[in-house]
Parts: sequence; C-alpha cells; structure tokens
Amino acid sequence: MESRALTISEGLKEKSFSSVRSFLVRNMVTIMFLVLSAAGYKLSGMTPFLFLMDIVARISRNAFLVLALIIPVMAGMGLNFSIVLGAMAAQAIVIFVTHWGVSGLPGILLSMVLVTPLAVILGYLTGNLFNRTKGQEMIAGLILGYFAQGVYELIFLQLVGGIIPMKNPAIIMSSGVGVRTTIDLTNGLKYGLDWPGSYWGNDLLLRPTLPWTIIGMACALAVGILAYQLRAEQRKRLSAPKLVLAGAALAAACWWSARQVQMGSQINWIRVPLLTWMVIAAACVGLHYFSRTKLGQDMRSVGQDRHVAAVAGIDVDRVRRIAIILSMVMAAWGHIIFLQNIGTFSTYGSHEQVGLYSAAALLIGGATVAKATIGQALLGTVLFHTLFIVAPAAGRQLFGDAQIGEYFRVFVAYGIIGVTLAMHAWKQILQRRSLS
Amino acid sequence: MAVEPVLRMKGISKSYYGTKVLDNINLTLMPGEVHGIVGENGAGKSTLMNILFGMSVIHSTGGFEGSIEIDGQPVEIRSPLQAMSLGIGMVHQEFMLLPSYSVAENIKLNREVLRPTLASRIFGPRLQSLDYSRMYADARKALQRLNIGIDEYATIAGLPVGYMQFTEIARELDKEHLRILVFDEPTAVLAESEAEHLLRAIKEIAASGIAVLFITHRLSEIMEVCDNITVLRDGRQVVTKARKDTNVIELAELMVGRSMDFRAHKRKESHNSRPILEIRGLSVDMPGERVRRVDLTVYEGEILGIGGLAGQGKIGIANGIMGLYPAAGEVRVAGTLLELNNPKAAIAAGLAFMSEDRRGVGLLLDSSIELNIASGAMFGTGRFVKTWGPFSQVDQEAVRANAEKYISELDIRCTGPQQAVRQLSGGNQQKVCIARALTMNPKILLVSEPTRGIDVGAKQLVLDTLRRLNDELGMTIVVTSSELAELRSICTRIAIVTDGRVAGILRPDDPDAKFGLLMAGQPISKGA
Amino acid sequence: MKAKGILKDMDLARLIIAAFFVLLCVAAIALKLNAAELITSSLTRMGMWGVLVLAMLPAILAGTGPNFGVSLGIVCGLLGGLLALELAYRLEGAVYFSPWALFLTAMIFSLPFALLMGIGYGWILNRVKGSEMMIATYVGFSIVSIMKLAWVFLPFKSPEMAWPIGRGVRVQIALENRGLAQLLNNFLAFRIGAVTIPTGLLLTVALALFLMWLFLRSRTGMALAAAGSNPRFAEACGINVDRQRIVGTVLSTVLGAWGILIYSQSYGFLQLYEGPMFMPFVAVAAILIGGASVKKATIAHVVIGTVLFLGIQVVAVPVANAFTAEWSSMGEISRKIIQNGVILYALTQAGGE
Repeated sequence: MESRALTISEGLKEKSFSSVRSFLVRNMVTIMFLVLSAAGYKLSGMTPFLFLMDIVARISRNAFLVLALIIPVMAGMGLNFSIVLGAMAAQAIVIFVTHWGVSGLPGILLSMVLVTPLAVILGYLTGNLFNRTKGQEMIAGLILGYFAQGVYELIFLQLVGGIIPMKNPAIIMSSGVGVRTTIDLTNGLKYGLDWPGSYWGNDLLLRPTLPWTIIGMACALAVGILAYQLRAEQRKRLSAPKLVLAGAALAAACWWSARQVQMGSQINWIRVPLLTWMVIAAACVGLHYFSRTKLGQDMRSVGQDRHVAAVAGIDVDRVRRIAIILSMVMAAWGHIIFLQNIGTFSTYGSHEQVGLYSAAALLIGGATVAKATIGQALLGTVLFHTLFIVAPAAGRQLFGDAQIGEYFRVFVAYGIIGVTLAMHAWKQILQRRSLS
Repeated sequence: MAVEPVLRMKGISKSYYGTKVLDNINLTLMPGEVHGIVGENGAGKSTLMNILFGMSVIHSTGGFEGSIEIDGQPVEIRSPLQAMSLGIGMVHQEFMLLPSYSVAENIKLNREVLRPTLASRIFGPRLQSLDYSRMYADARKALQRLNIGIDEYATIAGLPVGYMQFTEIARELDKEHLRILVFDEPTAVLAESEAEHLLRAIKEIAASGIAVLFITHRLSEIMEVCDNITVLRDGRQVVTKARKDTNVIELAELMVGRSMDFRAHKRKESHNSRPILEIRGLSVDMPGERVRRVDLTVYEGEILGIGGLAGQGKIGIANGIMGLYPAAGEVRVAGTLLELNNPKAAIAAGLAFMSEDRRGVGLLLDSSIELNIASGAMFGTGRFVKTWGPFSQVDQEAVRANAEKYISELDIRCTGPQQAVRQLSGGNQQKVCIARALTMNPKILLVSEPTRGIDVGAKQLVLDTLRRLNDELGMTIVVTSSELAELRSICTRIAIVTDGRVAGILRPDDPDAKFGLLMAGQPISKGA
Repeated sequence: MKAKGILKDMDLARLIIAAFFVLLCVAAIALKLNAAELITSSLTRMGMWGVLVLAMLPAILAGTGPNFGVSLGIVCGLLGGLLALELAYRLEGAVYFSPWALFLTAMIFSLPFALLMGIGYGWILNRVKGSEMMIATYVGFSIVSIMKLAWVFLPFKSPEMAWPIGRGVRVQIALENRGLAQLLNNFLAFRIGAVTIPTGLLLTVALALFLMWLFLRSRTGMALAAAGSNPRFAEACGINVDRQRIVGTVLSTVLGAWGILIYSQSYGFLQLYEGPMFMPFVAVAAILIGGASVKKATIAHVVIGTVLFLGIQVVAVPVANAFTAEWSSMGEISRKIIQNGVILYALTQAGGE
C-alpha cells in the first residue's frame, strides 16, 4: 500500500506516506494486538466454531462493562478502577434476588432496578473520594476497590446468615454463616437476558444464529452509514477511501455468513443473544447522544482543564461526581449481564478482575487515559477476549502447558495498563512544559 | 441626554493580611470609553481587576472596602459567574482555553446553545443536546466583529498565540449583555502586527458601545487607544487624566514617582574595579520572565540593581545564571567561563543566590534553621561533612555552630537553631536565606526581591544588611527588585530590563521620567 | 520531646487504629488466650516485615511516594535466593554451604538484580513525576506477572525447587532442608517464661534501622531528603534531584530484595508466583499507620507502623476465632479493611493537586 502511495504526485505522496505512518504510530497498541491475536489464533489450533462461540459469549457479557469506563475517561479521571464497587453491588443484589427465587427476565429486571439506587449511592461516595484526591484518582479507585472487597467479605462472609438472617442452603454455607463460595444461577437468573425465550416465545428471533446476525448487523450498519452520509454536513462526511473500505468489509462479512448458511456448517449452531446485544447497542447509542448533551460537554470540558472549566462557571466537583455515578450504575448493570451469562459465579472472586480486564480491553481498543470512544471500547473487547481465548490453547500447543498461556494473558493485561499509564504521565509532563 | 456611567468604582480599598494594596481607588467608566490603567508591579492593577471580576482570592482574604455600581445600581460581585451575568467580561493574561475543543466550542464554553431532547424532558435541562450549527454561526459572528480570519472549526491546540488571544476576546464579545470588557496585558504575548490588529479591534469594540478597561505597561499603546488614563502607584490612585491632557513622559514619571520611604545613600562609584561578572547574550527560558539577549557587566565591589516591570525578564537573569532555568549565552566569573544550566557549577564558581520565591525555592520549610543555613554549602561545596572513603556523616556540631554564629550576627529571632523555619516571620526567614548565602563564602551575591513579603520594619533591616555586606566585606551584590525605590536606595547603578533585554543603565539619582520610559519600553529621548 | 512529637503525628485515624490494637490485646487477655504464644508470634511477624516496611522510607523521602512497586525488589530477592539454592545444589559434594553462607550468598546474588532493576525503575519514575504511585503499582503487578512465566521457564534443577515432572519451579520452596528456616530467628534466641524472643531476627531489623539512620545523616542521605522535601530548593543547592530519586528507588529495591529473604527465612518458604503480588500494600499501609504521609516519613514511623499493623494482624485472628468459629476469616478481613482504609485516608490527605 505504501509503494502505491509513493508513485502518485509529489505533494500527495508525502502526505499519504506520513499519514499512514502516523496512523500506524497512533494505533500501535491496537495493531500489535491484532497481530498477537491472529498469531495466537493460528498457534492455538482452535476451530473457528469453538472460537466464535466463545467470543460471542464473551462479547455479550463483557462489552457493557467496558463501556462503563468511557464516561470517567471523558471527565478526566482516567481509568475508573472503582467500578469494582458497582460489580460488588450487583453481586449483592443478585444474591438476594436468587434467594427470593425470582428468575429469568423478571429476575434480571428486578436486579437492575434494585441495584440502581445502591450503585448511585456508591457512585456518590466514590465521586466525593475522587474529588478529594484530584490527580490521584486512579490509584484511589484501585485501593478503594480493595477496601470495598474487605467490606464486602465482612458482610457476606461473616454477617450474612448470622447477624443478617438468611436461611437458604443453596446460598448459605453449611455452617449457617456466610455465603457459599460459588453460587449456581441455573434455573435462576442464568441466561435471563440471553435467553428470554421462555417468556417471549419465538426463540429463533430472539437468539438468531451467528451468520444471520452478522448479515443483519451488516445491513443495519450499511443503512446507518448511508443515512449519516446524507444527513451530515460536508466536512463531517466520511471520505471515499473510508467508505470503500467499510463497504468492502461489510460485503465480505455478508458473503462469509451467507456461505456458512449455504454450507450448513457448525457455525450455524452458534446463537447470538439478541436482547443482550440490543441492550449493549442501546448503551452505545445512549453514550453517543450523551456526549453531545450539555452534561456530556461539561464533562469533556472538566476533563481537559479543571481550572478553565471552573472559571467558566462549571461546577467541577458536581460534574465529576455525576460521571462516577453514571459509571458505577453502568458497571452494576454490566456485571448483572456478566453474571447471567456466566451462570455460576464465585462469590468472592468474580468481581476482582472486573477493573483490570475492562481497563485493559479499553486500552487495547486504542483508548488512552485521556480519550476513549465507543468504537474503541467495542474493538478492544473483541481483541482482548480473543487473546484471552487463544492464549491457553496456544500455550498448550507451544509448550504443552495451558497455564503458560494463562500467565501470559494476565501479564498482557497488567503490562498494557502499566505502559499506557506511564506513556500518559510522560506525555502530560511534556505537554505542560511546551505550553509554558 | 446625560448618559449614565456604566461602571463606577467608589473608594475601593483592599488589604492582604494587614498590608494595604489598594487605597481609595475611584474609577468612572462611560459606555464606549477606553480607559487605560498603568502602573508598576504591585501597584494594584491585578487586585483591582480581581475585585471587579469577583475572584475568590479576594473574598477568601477578607473582601474589600468601597462600592461598585453598574448603570447606577450598586452591585455585589461575589463570583466570576456573577460578574459575567452583570455584563463584565475579562480577557485574562493566561488563556482560559481548552486545547482540544474547536474555536467555537471555546467561545461558547459553558454557554453552549441547547436544544431540548426526549431525555431532557424527563431528566432535566442538563441533558439537552448541543445545537452545533447555531453555535458555529454565533462564533462566526463574534469572530467577524474582530475582523479576524480564524476558522471557527479549527482546534485551539494548533493555533498561533495571537489567534488564541482573539478567541478569548471573541468569547467575551459573544456574551450578549457584555457592557464592560477588561484586557489584562493583552499585547504581552502578541507579535507586533497582531498587537496592531488588537488595538484596532479594541477601538471598534468601544465604538459599539462597550466600555473597555485596558491594563498595560506599554505607554505607546495607551496613548494610541485610550480616552482616559488612570495611573496607579503603590496601591494609590495618582491621577486620572484624559489622553489629550498628557504625554508618554509625564505618564512614565507618574508611574515611578519618588517615594521618600528609603534613605537614599550616596554610593561611591568605583571606576577602577575590574569586572567580576560578565554577561553576554544571555537568554533564559523562565516561564513568565523570559530573557532574550542580555549584555551586562558587574564590577567588583559594586551593588548593581536590576529593575523593570513584572514579566519583563529581570527575574530570569539571576535564575538563569544559577542554572535554575534553561539558559544560553556566555557568562564569565572573574574571567573564567561559567558552565550554564548547572547550579553546582555556579556555586562552585563563587555565586550565591537568594531566590525571589523564598518559600518555594529558598527554604526547606519543615526543616530546622541550622539545616537550611548549612544546605547551600553542604550540597554545593561539601562543607560540614566528615568523610571516610565513600562514607560520610554530617558534622552536626559544625552545622549548629555555624547557625548560632549567624543567628547572633544577623539577629535572627527564633527559639533556637533547631526551630523549624516555617515558624519564623518573613523577615527572619529572609535572614536565614542570607545566612545560607553567606555560609557559602561567595564572591558574588545574587539577591532577588529581597524585601518581598516582609513587613515594613524588617525591610529596612534587610537592605541595611546588604549594604553592610558590601561596605564591610566588599562583597559584590546584584539585587533584582520590582521596587524601584529600594534599588535606588542601595545600588550603585541600576539596569532596567524590558522585553527581556537591558533597556538602559541609570544612576539612582537619575530623573524619574527616565526610569519610567525605560520600563515602558520607550527610548529615552534627549528631551527627558 | 520525641514522644510528644510522635503523639502529635498521630491524628485521628491512627489513634483509632492504636486504640483498636489495645482493645484486641485486652480482649486477648480477657479471653484467656495464650499470651506467650501471641507475644512470640507478634515479635516474629514484626521482625519478618521490618525491613520490607523500611523499604518504603527511602522512596517516600526521595519524593517518589510510597513504593507500591517494591514487588520488583522482592522478585530480585527471590531470584537471589533461588540462585543461591541452585548453586548449593550444583556444587553439592564439592562445596558445603552452611546455612549462614547460603543466606549471605542469596543476599549477594540478589544485589546486582536489585541495583539494575532499581536504576531502570527509578528512570521510569523520573519521567512520570506526579503519577508515581499508580505507575509503581502497575510496574509491580507487571513484573510479578511476567515472573510467573519466568518461574516456569528458568532452568533450575535443584529437586527442592523444580517440579519432578513437567517444567518450572514449585510455587513454594521449602527452606528447611538447607537449614535456612528460622535461621535468623533462632540465632541467640532466648526465652522469658513461655515467650521465645527471635533475637537474631530482631537484631537484623535493628541493624537495618541503624544503617538507615546512619545513611540519612550522610551527605547523600541528606541530599535525598532535601530532594524529596523541596526539589526546587535542592536543585538550587546543587543537588541533582533526578539522581537522588534514583538513589532512593535503588535503596528501596535493595531493601525489598533483602527484606524478602529475611521474611522468607522466618516463614520457612520462598513464595513464588502470586506471592509477591500484594505484599507492597502491606508495607505501604504499615508505614502510613506509623504516622507517615505519602510525602513525609521517618524511621520512627517504620517502627511504630510495623508494630501496630502487624501486631493487629497477629492478635486479631485468635481473638475473632475465640468469639465464634464462624468468624475465622475476620482476621484477614480486618486486615484488608484497615490496610486499604489507611492508604485511602493517606491519599485524601495528600491534598490532591
């Protein structure tokens, strides 16, 4: 591609070359991950069927959580590790809803309704904490997460069943005090959102096969892009090369999907939880319109420069607090989506990695501590979980030990966050110096 | 028909912790008038504007006396937001812009044009969406009033400084009820052509009925655009005159004035001394005090003063020589070339520095007096340390003894050498700094703002100490100060720095007008 | 005067913790728990952590904040230990390593790693001024994560370390066989009644504290403290602030390395893989509990904090157990809450930007 650019006229040649280069540099992390994931997939020897099944499930249960991180980044608070609290609130509510025996879609809706005020309160308190630790929000969030874990364990390991009465052998440990280490949500909330079929009837419509979902999504995207092109003003329209690229990608996806249907391959057995994906899509749309509201603009203003925003009359502390509240509520809902998909959850462990994996996914999608978009969140979720799926298998193929792959993927998560944080901090210092 | 003044500031006075910074200022502003405010540093210009704009720094330090009237109605301005609602706009010195927003978004910051949405009807007005097309249209209009060709879609981050300045101004102009617009040193960062453009824009803004308050030290600009001029000096209002009734020289004189607070001291001029510090082409990148190319020679045994207005670069000279800020050029100490950007080398060459930022750079506030005094010598030249090969231990007795010596010599009021420096008064803290400088046995002492933040009684003591050092020990001293009066009281010669260069070197008894002109960036003509 | 100064440092949060400790001790006596055993355990636990908590001091003094990344130093220490054990194994028959020789060898072997890693780590911290704590945390996490892979691949053959089948080193490596377990603890140990004083261990910690005290009175030590207290002042005095920050980081890393060796000998095992991951937080919380802030710390804070925090950890478990068997995890939970609560509190006191 580069050599073709070089054969065009002088001025254009230079521009194309440098813009390709700058594109590569800016998206280094994402590109590296694409390569890594592709290599991992090859090495793992997984069949497309197993891989796609797993990735569909992972996207369904993780995308919402990653989206929850976008608003705090917008508001200048970096990676919001305190979403762990939202996850813990979700778990608490799920435990109670399971205890009350409400299952399926009604159970999910009840959980979401109940967890919202709890998440709002937690978000409010966390927002206050962040306002008192301006400049150190990320580490405060991280430590807050650990602190909250201690409180969570205090409540659910030592108080529930005893001081907070709950008699339920499925949930409480045999000693009578403390919630079991694993809770099975089968016949309860499991797949409440993914498979609402039992309440709504037509299973095929609510859980379409993967190829049809892809075709449907491609058509919807095509319509969307067309509509955008027609409505948007000249300057904001997508350029011709981008349109061609998008068109080609969508066409390829449709063609591949059609082939799967025609061949009757295993891929047709993979079902996509449409309701869940629509919830995720609604979140994306909601976030998009939110950023164009006054509140969203205020958050972006505060995120860029608190002092300037304050002098302009924006209530900086309030805006930051609202950002965290929104993030916390989204995290709580996102974790409920996670739990209903995963089915059996580890009471004391499920939420631990929520912050780490969501943050890593966001960054892999190309986001930075200062800027995160919806596209990056979705792309990052796909890439990160691709690596997650293929790493153990690749480890087994290469070294005969799946554990190695697991170690590798965790290292990648930590490493990507560490490097991104360092780069961001370094860039900030350089920027400050050049402004003065 | 008699027109009501749009702004009246009556009897404005303000003290910061007992020190009076504004004393009975009276200002009347008519719609469409351009009123210039001139004065040296510390004359009170910024404080006056902070009061007008309702900045929190005023209210958190005891408020102010006097009253403000807008259109004849008394008002109480408690916050910038309130000032804005009353129609007061301010173009600050440091830009209040958000770099990744477009020009239009900055112009409309926190005043975005909104459209109701479904969500806003349920959850409240903050969820209304931004009406971008109207915002861009409004921005375009504001920019056109300034006659500047900036693209309202352009991102601030890449724009030249002048364009950023104009975006700031456009933001104020976009405010519908704008009645009064304050410019605080707007041309400081502009190139000449941009400055010209700005002055033209100011005239047009005034012509549209907005009253303009124009703060600057550039007298030529004042004379070009202002209808009336107020001169502030030491917090007092010296005079308010119409432009046609005055000229640059008179203004310069009034700005500087002659304060008889300090005993003028006849300094002996030593013609035979050799140069001990030669500065050639020194440039220093100190934010806010940039030095462009300074040539200066300091002679042994003299007290050289460096004066000038704030932000013109005088503070940068000593800081640059001592290696605290990036510097380039040539500096020779007693003939030997000094390595720049290296504080240790400066100390080793015999230079000692007392920073203008006493609490920030000059002291370890939570450490003892004795440690503060010993630090320069200890870290710069290895004094007070006993070594055995690679190991070392601080010689506590020597540190203590040295501290006690200076406590008595300089009469530092304290409970003992171990007292934390934070607890001392400003004057005594300054003495600790002097003691630290002397402990280094310097050839040349560089002092910046020696009496800043020190109460009146102690000021004289500090100056006397400096004078004594020069008289008794023959120490060469370079004093940088924004208080011209104190420079004139102890210095042999005074260099005035304007726009990062030495505008001229005067004698303490030279006429006020000359000082004023040099500080205002005017050449001294033969008539002055 | 010293005591009054210490009491002044103790604001509300610390008084609460100190009161909690006293309460636990009183409860322990009231519940007729084995006081002698508790005292022995407490002393041992405090000694184990002493040097690791001390590792926080040079970092805070130099201005880089509490060293959340001391797991870097810990990993270096573990490497040194493994190398020493491997050497002893390879040279078996030819050379005999006494337990003391082994211990010293481990310390020597860990030194070059700690120095190199410390310099690199310090270099990174110099480029992220203002965000040191967060970067330190993730550097620590990343290193521990990548070492998990390293433990699998490093070619150690010693039978006490390597898995008999498959690759990699064990998760925990017993130190008993080589006589290293409780080596320091038992040195010059004596009994007062039923209480055993782990003299060697406490002497080691005391020695470390003394050496630190000497260091802080040396020219480098004072320059380091000045650089952390007011970097601009330090620069003006001719101190190279960046260099001093690296010195502080290196010292902290080395103390982390030797600290884990001291810890491990008392524990009886070298803990690899996940082991070092969360140890830094314990050390950070300890020094903060002792009265330090993220910007200021003294040797006294190290001592007080170690005593209080680790004392609570030791006493809380049996006290909780004695109340009701179901509260068996209370010790661990209370540690989590106190540890992270204190760090949060200190972050809010840092005054933000």
